[in-house]
Amino acid sequence: MTVAAGVMALLQHSAPAAAAGDAHALSGTVADWLWLVPILPLLGFIINGALSLLAVAHPGPGDPDAGHGDAALSTGHVASGADSHALPADSGGGAHGDDHHTVARHRYAGIVSVVGPLMLALSFGLTFAIFLAMRTAHATEPFIQRYFTWMVAGELSLAAAFQLDQLAIVMMLVITGVGMLIHVFSVGYMRDDPGYPRYFAYLNLFVFFMLVLVMGANYPVMFIGWEGVGLCSYLLIGFWFSEKANADAGKKAFIVNRIGDFGFLVALMMLFAHLGTLDFQGVAAAAPQLATATVTAICLFLFLGCVGKSAQIPLYVWLPDAMAGPTPVSALIHAATMVTAGVYLVARSSFLFSLAPVAGLTVALTGAVTALFAATIGLKQWDIKKILAYSTVSQLGFMFMAVGVGAYVAGIFHLATHAFFKALLFLGSGSVIYAMHAAYHKTGSHDDAQDVRNMGGLRRFMPVTWVLMWIATLAISGIPPFSGFFSKDEILTSVYARAHGSTLAEASWLGIPGSALLYFIYFIGIVTALLTAIYMTRMMLYTFHGPNRTGEAERGALREAPWVMTGPLVVLGVLSAFGGWLNLPGVFTDLFPVGPTFALEHWLEPVVGEHQLAVTHGEAAHVSANTEYLLIGAAVAIAVAGILIAWRLLNPSRLVPKREAPAEQGYERVLAEKYFVDEGYDRAVVQPLYRGSRGVLWRGVDAGLIDGLFVNGSAWLARAFGWLGSTAQTGAVGTYAWVLVLGVVAVIGVFTLR
Amino acid sequence: MLAEALALSAALFTIGVVGVLIRRNAIIIFMCVELMLNAVNLSFVALSRYYGADGQVFVFFVMTVAAAEAAVGLAIIISIFRHRQTVNLQNINLMRG
Repeated sequence: MTVAAGVMALLQHSAPAAAAGDAHALSGTVADWLWLVPILPLLGFIINGALSLLAVAHPGPGDPDAGHGDAALSTGHVASGADSHALPADSGGGAHGDDHHTVARHRYAGIVSVVGPLMLALSFGLTFAIFLAMRTAHATEPFIQRYFTWMVAGELSLAAAFQLDQLAIVMMLVITGVGMLIHVFSVGYMRDDPGYPRYFAYLNLFVFFMLVLVMGANYPVMFIGWEGVGLCSYLLIGFWFSEKANADAGKKAFIVNRIGDFGFLVALMMLFAHLGTLDFQGVAAAAPQLATATVTAICLFLFLGCVGKSAQIPLYVWLPDAMAGPTPVSALIHAATMVTAGVYLVARSSFLFSLAPVAGLTVALTGAVTALFAATIGLKQWDIKKILAYSTVSQLGFMFMAVGVGAYVAGIFHLATHAFFKALLFLGSGSVIYAMHAAYHKTGSHDDAQDVRNMGGLRRFMPVTWVLMWIATLAISGIPPFSGFFSKDEILTSVYARAHGSTLAEASWLGIPGSALLYFIYFIGIVTALLTAIYMTRMMLYTFHGPNRTGEAERGALREAPWVMTGPLVVLGVLSAFGGWLNLPGVFTDLFPVGPTFALEHWLEPVVGEHQLAVTHGEAAHVSANTEYLLIGAAVAIAVAGILIAWRLLNPSRLVPKREAPAEQGYERVLAEKYFVDEGYDRAVVQPLYRGSRGVLWRGVDAGLIDGLFVNGSAWLARAFGWLGSTAQTGAVGTYAWVLVLGVVAVIGVFTLR
Repeated sequence: MLAEALALSAALFTIGVVGVLIRRNAIIIFMCVELMLNAVNLSFVALSRYYGADGQVFVFFVMTVAAAEAAVGLAIIISIFRHRQTVNLQNINLMRG
């Protein structure tokens, strides 16, 4: 459908009917080319996908390294399996995707390396031009491009339409901007993989769907994007599908997300049943007439969708396993963009959530508990990507804290800064894994290239990555003036400020006063900030500091990644350092007049401003300057304390490589095993379902009832009647005569005796 | 008068039925069928005295059909006899599918 939408858009681009009327400030500007933003990555998908199919269909000679490429094409997956290190099952569940690279360059790698990043660059350039046009236009109404009627069913009429507003453009800039950097990084990281065109095809397709998600003008178009990114996530998690653990991780992500999508769909149906429309504008206009209980139910179902997509308790379990995919995928999909779709959904539905304080409290509390829970697990992980995965879950919890309490700008702000520093962290870890793997590959060692116990002292070998990852670590820990400090601080201040004089504070959640709950959430936020600083410093210490534990022979091969990989890291480093300038708080600019105050807040004002104020009774949520200094001081002190605690308590020189490490005991084991949640889910949900499916549904219903009774049973019955009939047919006329006469006598008897 | 005629018809018909059921010779069974037909004819004729001439017309039809049937039936029996050297119905089960 959306492909058709794209094609239609291509055909109709000369006259897209702007629904908002011809008078919209953006019509006639570069914003008319809005449809091209997602079409460019789609084009990249088609080209790269065709190249990946073409090479399989024609593995003939003709290109310089044909023998090399052909061998890779015909035996690619076999070789990948054979080359992969037979890892012992470790605490991480054994899903070590990046640990094996078959070195076999695809024959079209050159074209793909240009097409993939180029499409993103063009898309980003166009997005940026549209952003500049919006800055001059100052439109308060969204700019809607309607392409065609998608479906009509009874009263429901859905248009395939894109909506451009201040919130959408922020997301588009993050997606295409960070996406472009990650595409460039992927050129270095994935070039020697036999599935290179397929990888870029999926990555481009993901960006297309992600853009559809944020640009859709109604919930169903958004849902198409929502499902599409889920599909691409599944495809990319299981990119190295020849290893069962990777394929399983993909399936897990897909299935867990379906639970959330059920909630999303129910919410959509409820919206339609009560309002008769699914357009964002229509719903926003009609939402106030809904009963509070209805809005709360809709919001909670929507939030169920967010819980799945954005990996919150209880559906977070798929995200750590999603690290089975290539590391740039983890950076793009499972840190920077797709997993934040839930935050975007809540912000986009601010007109609903601001009407339902109980739902808001649920969102914020879920976010807070998830943030703390994931941070504690992150304390004791050894796989560098797992640490970052739990960190992502934790930071997403922070975002939900913000959007739950109605601080939508703070949530989007943290979404953006998190996209910068977490993409940097993931790509940095990608560089580290790349170097580690190259070193192990050289000696044929089978050690784990992702385990921080096998690293150590890498700052001597990879100084650029080391510096940049420290910037990201300081940002995520909340050290001023790095980006994470401003966004995290704004979230905590927003939660604190709404504990009094807001609809949330006056509501009660399962009998608990909202005010008390908000203070509790704030407290959890502070504790989580402390843990964040600790586990991030721990990761940096173990990876880059202390003595090197990689191995004597391998040490010489450790070196910085090529510039095509470190270049994007540098850009992300700058963004991580200065991303806070997006939304500098007033108390900061009062002291240091270095930039605009609350730029993002003003920018998003037309979209969420009114709904933010609805939560706080029409007055902007604020705390006194002294309180705010106190809160900021406390947050900074907490962050510094976390880093110092980790620095003092953890000694990387005491660490031993993974294969010599003793098993964890006591609480350490509980954390390393992630509270045994996966095992618990396995016992409580998976196994009963599995047994029920085998015992009842398969053996009982399918094999017994359907196959046995209905299919074979009816066949047996027909056979039995046939046998009866055929035995009656003796061919002896005498018998027939007897039967005939007896029949006649019976009939006459019935008629006369009646 | 009608009662006696119908009683005779019933007696002839019953004799025919019993003959068809218990005899094995095809020729005799054939004759018993003729007996049943004629029993019916008798009741037609008897009743036509009271209900008009329709019954008598019907008798002509029955006799025509019976004549045709006799021709065909006897031909079949002769044909079977040529094949099997018997007209005993117990030994003939050609009708079995």
